[in-house]
Formats: sequence, structure tokens, C-alpha cells
Amino acid sequence: MEPQKNDPKNLWDWFNPKGRNVGGWAFILNRIAALGLVFYLYLHLFVLGKLAQGPQVFDQFIATAKSPLYILGELLVIAAALYHGLNGVRVLLTSFNIGVPQQKQMFYTALLLSVLGTLVFAVRMFTVH
Amino acid sequence: MWKITYRVHRQKGNEPPHYETFQVEVDPEEYVLDGVEKIWASEDRSLTFRHACHHSTCGACGMRVNGVEKLTCITKIKDVVQDGGTLTVEPLRNFPVVSDLVVDLGPLYRKMAAVQAPAVHALSMTPWEGQNIAPPADIPMRSADEEYIRLPDCIECGICISACPVAATDPEYFGPAPLAAIQIQGLDKPELLALADSQEGVWRCHSAFECSAVCPSNVDPGRRIMDLRRQVSAKRLKLA
Repeated sequence: MEPQKNDPKNLWDWFNPKGRNVGGWAFILNRIAALGLVFYLYLHLFVLGKLAQGPQVFDQFIATAKSPLYILGELLVIAAALYHGLNGVRVLLTSFNIGVPQQKQMFYTALLLSVLGTLVFAVRMFTVH
Repeated sequence: MWKITYRVHRQKGNEPPHYETFQVEVDPEEYVLDGVEKIWASEDRSLTFRHACHHSTCGACGMRVNGVEKLTCITKIKDVVQDGGTLTVEPLRNFPVVSDLVVDLGPLYRKMAAVQAPAVHALSMTPWEGQNIAPPADIPMRSADEEYIRLPDCIECGICISACPVAATDPEYFGPAPLAAIQIQGLDKPELLALADSQEGVWRCHSAFECSAVCPSNVDPGRRIMDLRRQVSAKRLKLA
């Protein structure tokens, strides 16, 4: 049977890590980060919607948001944003045929900077609050 | 000799796919395709697979070996399995399965025809390939204007399209090999510029570079697609 466009059965191939190479891993992480950020955007809008329910409701949520679980969630958002942004620079450069033979090294650099950046935020977020 | 288990994808007609296992005695220096042929010759004559040249020229024997796209005629058994281990052989992804390990490469061939993929091309057309290829000095040219020509590296095996995660959800995407064929020719022909700059052209690629990682002929389609993007941008911005 001819493969169909946008066949959800094949969506798994976007995320299937089996047999993938470095560029494939970069692609998979980029998709996961993107989906996480989109999910966060809707969550953010939902939280902002609480403002319409009055200051008491919003303050109550803010108090809950200071729990370690919420901070961990925010840290994931920062990690996703850092990786997605830095890998975006890699994709942008390679898209103009700049540094394509070094795309693996650029991925490792983006990943390393994302991890380091996330660690800096983690220390700050878990110690200041 | 090694004793290994071949786990082979089977599918006939519209029946659901399943896997069958075969115990095969092989020399580890043999190739994956040799083992498949042994199964066909001594175990099951109904096993269908495609092969021809056995030296990576025809591109017929592309399959997935342990989940990774390989040209099975040049993939040594010792490089993908150990003695006593299991080796899974499956058809290429992103193509319709005709039977067992055979896929219909028609969609690829139609796209190669649409992009006017050259059967031979001048060395000067492909600086990446031409850089390291010295013209054969002992073959005299008939005139000073004549150029050395060669077969393109791409053997149209379809492995790049099988490995491409974008092709998994968009069969209309031109894919690595056809876009590389456009890059080799350049964008002087308006119809090639239109194809490269279309919705299913260079902009559909999401830079996973899996095509370049699995290509058995070092075509480096990922790099060619990126270069094509640069060329398309330059054309549209009238920089070239």
C-alpha cells in the first residue's frame, strides 16, 4: 500500500531513536522540545486565565507554583527553550550551507550549552526560592 | 563458521506482516545478502528479495539491518551481529512493500525522472566530487573543449528516503536523492528551481542528516540539500 501523507502510524518515526545517528538525535530532541514548549504555551495561557478569576485565586496559584514540582517543570521549560533555540542556530547555519560537515560538533555544542545553562538556572531557582 | 539467527520480515499480498526466524551457518566475512540468499536457496524458496550486482553498483539490495538502512551486499555479517546472535532484516521504510523484503521504488524513480537526474555528468558540474578525481591522463580527449564525464555517485537505492524522518509522514516530499540530483545540475533550468523551491522541495527538509549518514555512495545528500537552499535563496534574492 502506498504510504499516506500525515499517516499517524508513521509519526513514531519522528521519535524512534533506534538506528538513528547524531543528526537524527538532534531532530528528535528538537521535536520533543518543540512539543514541550507548545504544551507550556497553552499551560501558560491557562494560568494567565486565572487572573480573570480575581487576585485571590491568582495569589493562591502563585503560592502553589513555588513548590519544587512546579520549579522542576519550569526548569524543563528553560531546558527545552535553550536547546530549541541553540539547535535552531545550528539549523539556521547549516540551512545556508555553513558548517554542514561540522553539524555533529554543533549539535554537541548546543547540547552542552543547554545543559550548562539549565544547571545555572537550576542552582538559582532551587536556592533563591 | 558462525551460527546466527536471521529474523526476516515476511509479508505477502495484503496479509499483515510477521517475522520468521532461520538458523544460518555463515562465514563472518560474508555479507548480509549472502545469508539471505542461503535462506532462499536452502530454507524457503518463497522468500522474495532484490539483488543484482553484489558490489554496490545497482542499488537493488537496500534493506534495514537491525533497524538501520544498509546496502546488504557490502554489509559484512561480522559488523552487524556476533556469533550466536540475531540479525533482523526488514524492507526499506517509506515505500510500499511488494513482498517480504521487496519494496516498490517507483515513487523514487518517478521523482528522479521529474528532476531530470542525469545518467552521466561532466566532472566540472560537481566540484565536490571532481576535487579529488584526477582525469585519466592516459585517455586522450578528442578536442580541447571536450570534458571528462562520469556516472553520478547516486545509485538510486532509496536508502536515504527510508532513513528520512520527514519522508515517513510526507510521501510527496521529493526527498534526499532527487534533491541531490537537482543540486548536481544547478538551478539554471527554471523548472528545477521551481521544484527545489516548492512546498515539497528543499524547505521540507528538517536537517536530520540521516540521509548522509546512511548513504552507501557518499553522495552526502544532506549537504547537497543545504547547498541547494543557499542556491535557491540566492536566486530568489537575485544574488546569483
